[in-house]
Amino acid sequence: MTSRVVVTGLGALTPIGKTVQESWTNLLRGKSGIRPVSELPGFKEYESPCPASVGVANVSDFNASDYGTLFTSQDLRRMSTFTQFAIVAAQEALIDAGLLNNLKDLNAERFGCVIGSGTASIQDMYDSILAFDRGKRLSPTFVPKILANMACGNISIKYQLKGVSHCASTACATGNNAIGDAYNFIRLGYNDLCLAGASEACVHPLALSGFLRAKSITADGVSRPFDARRSGFVLGEGAGLLVLESLEHAQKRGARIYAEVEGYGLTSDAYHITSPSENGDGARRAMKMALNRLDPKEVDYVNAHATSTILGDRAEMQAMNQVFAEHPRDKLLKVSSNKGSMGHLLGAAGAVESIFTIKSLQDGVVPHTLNLETAGGAAGDDPKAWQLLDLVQGKPVALEMRYALTNSFGFGGINSSLLFRKWED
Amino acid sequence: MFSSLLRGSTIALRTASARSALRPVAAISRTSLVSPLRAYSTGLNRDDISARVIDVVKAFDKTTASAQVTADTHFAKDLGLDSLDTVELLVAIEEEFDVEIPDKVADEIKSVAEAVQYIASNPEAN
Repeated sequence: MTSRVVVTGLGALTPIGKTVQESWTNLLRGKSGIRPVSELPGFKEYESPCPASVGVANVSDFNASDYGTLFTSQDLRRMSTFTQFAIVAAQEALIDAGLLNNLKDLNAERFGCVIGSGTASIQDMYDSILAFDRGKRLSPTFVPKILANMACGNISIKYQLKGVSHCASTACATGNNAIGDAYNFIRLGYNDLCLAGASEACVHPLALSGFLRAKSITADGVSRPFDARRSGFVLGEGAGLLVLESLEHAQKRGARIYAEVEGYGLTSDAYHITSPSENGDGARRAMKMALNRLDPKEVDYVNAHATSTILGDRAEMQAMNQVFAEHPRDKLLKVSSNKGSMGHLLGAAGAVESIFTIKSLQDGVVPHTLNLETAGGAAGDDPKAWQLLDLVQGKPVALEMRYALTNSFGFGGINSSLLFRKWED
Repeated sequence: MFSSLLRGSTIALRTASARSALRPVAAISRTSLVSPLRAYSTGLNRDDISARVIDVVKAFDKTTASAQVTADTHFAKDLGLDSLDTVELLVAIEEEFDVEIPDKVADEIKSVAEAVQYIASNPEAN
């Protein structure tokens, strides 16, 4: 028999806030975490590969030493930025779950850690290659800094979590993948508890240039998911971590429960390394898999992947239409994307957006998609396909919800969906 | 390089010309790393070397233990540094004195005194 899995703690560091609550409040207020790349220090060196009009959504003013005793002198030397982001989010999630001061009372061998990263540390890779090229000797921490599983490894060490240790690295689906994997580990009885999510510290000229060359990033510096003028995503970064727990374990210790993880879908397009399959076939199957036997009419809200690219948003619309719009319902399904506000956090996107999806369920509010003015209408968009769902724009909408789904898709043709149910005592 | 500034990286700023610099130059310098340990002394004053090594240790490991570092401090026993830390600290000492410590020699340097002894014996230290 498999265990039911619930969410009992949340932690996040995003371009729009240093905590879950700050990020969530700013999201609902329609605050943008996106700034022109020209506002970053030292920008001039990179003017050529990154035109000044490009936008970025970095975690601004992040300084690990501001977190007091959270980081030791050795931590500061050994941890790359994405690991430091993850530690900040982990600390918040553990406090939020009421676990931080009780870790010694738990069975550490039943507490796992599944934390992914899409790009790990481009900064350290880049700096080390330059140093190596100049004939300088590498730091002994070079390898441990650039490995994608080091957020997971360092957090396991810091909090003495001795259960599952795992790192998903599936491009922009990483966050959902990590949560889905952790969900399955708990369902299957590997662990009672798991810190799950992802971290990304990718706002770097090399990453920006690469995504620009792949024609994924917009040159106009504005993220407009689903909008007629959408022209690519804005590179963001940050971390999101959730405490997942078996229902039995959570109830036994009297934990506050946010939501239940109800389903997880994971598929491949088997189509193209960077483009989604045009009819959204893989995305449709991922959502269906996450819904499992649930009637699509039961879903109240979809937190879409919608990164603001022409093809990606269109494919996701088609997929959502096929899954949801073909089932008649009283009111159109509400859909929004958080990426208008905070850009695309790559691997961390699914983790942070899962947190926002859970906050939506908890607070009964659907955040709007910032910068969405005209749904569809880009060259090649079929006007009919953009009328079947309620794309929330302008301001947040109050809505009592039970089920919400969140999507994350990534390069390599990966599609992932998570289904959450609001916890009702 | 904006993100180095952003992240507080220790790697020096790269110039536009460095990006296009010819690779073979660097390759040669990489293969000629080893400065043989010599028997004669550097021109540096031993007390100055000791003070500079101590400063490097203090800057490297910003802990209460490091604040008390002296010429007699042992990296592992007194500061709790492990093997990765020690290699990294020696890189910082190499940078301070503009030398390359051969790996075989570096493996034997486990204290401030041993580091000072090595630097004092390396005529290329400055």
